[in-house]
Amino acid sequence: MTAASSGPVETAKRNEDGGERGLIARLRAGDDAAYEELVRSQGARMLAVARRFLRSEEDARDAVQEAFLSAFKAMDRFEGGSRLSTWLHRIVVNAALMKLRSRQRKPEISIEELLPRFLENGHFADPPSEWQQSADQALERRETRERVREAIDRLPENYRTVLLMRDIEGLDTAETAEALDVSPNAVKIRLHRARQALRGLLDEHMLESVA
Amino acid sequence: MTCRELTEFLMDYLEGDLPEAQRATFAQHVELCPPCLTYLKTYQEAVDLGRSVCSDASDALPADVPEELVRAILATRARSA
Repeated sequence: MTAASSGPVETAKRNEDGGERGLIARLRAGDDAAYEELVRSQGARMLAVARRFLRSEEDARDAVQEAFLSAFKAMDRFEGGSRLSTWLHRIVVNAALMKLRSRQRKPEISIEELLPRFLENGHFADPPSEWQQSADQALERRETRERVREAIDRLPENYRTVLLMRDIEGLDTAETAEALDVSPNAVKIRLHRARQALRGLLDEHMLESVA
Repeated sequence: MTCRELTEFLMDYLEGDLPEAQRATFAQHVELCPPCLTYLKTYQEAVDLGRSVCSDASDALPADVPEELVRAILATRARSA
């Protein structure tokens, strides 16, 4: 064993990997206590993900339940190429998307209304103004965090979903396209429009001067 | 390049996906157009705000899984076993 592989960080990682391998072995053996351990150790993070996609707490919990059931059924096929938490993250995102598809769509604002407008000569109809604070400064205000969450919630669903998957959940374009069954180009267009719309929805708040 | 065209290609520019010639035109426009420079900056800030808020561990992550959810998940597993 070399010095590089015997430090505290490496030791902690080996312990963690060993712990996870042990858990997976117990899960595959049908150990009830192992299933409960999995739910309690991973459930909070999965619930947070589901809540970002689904506006209803009931729907979010349903999605987490579905995700765990899918994971239990697929445990024999989990090859261990990624961490359990990464694998479960992907499953709960898919469960949340399925829940979104199953719900009746509510009337929502058109994305076009949230995009910048231009004159015939291509100039901004309403030239943007500098924001009073940077993102880091603004985030020190609780009100800013609430406004950002509200703005994301106001995005039309197709655009909100892509924004969440790409910018928040960290999936790449190809993964997002596959999960949504759309082309990678459609993902790129929706992401850019979602970001533009988010910027527009935050503009008023970010232009407020702070005393 | 007009301001409208710039906003359409803004994401590609920021992610380095524009061909070199187009990138140069884009950069030149931003340098000469204060509204577009402002738009670019505020676009990036909006993306940062979204990422920061939604990944804020202290706000978003529940302390525990609700007990009734744990029981429901384990009960459903037991029924399907």
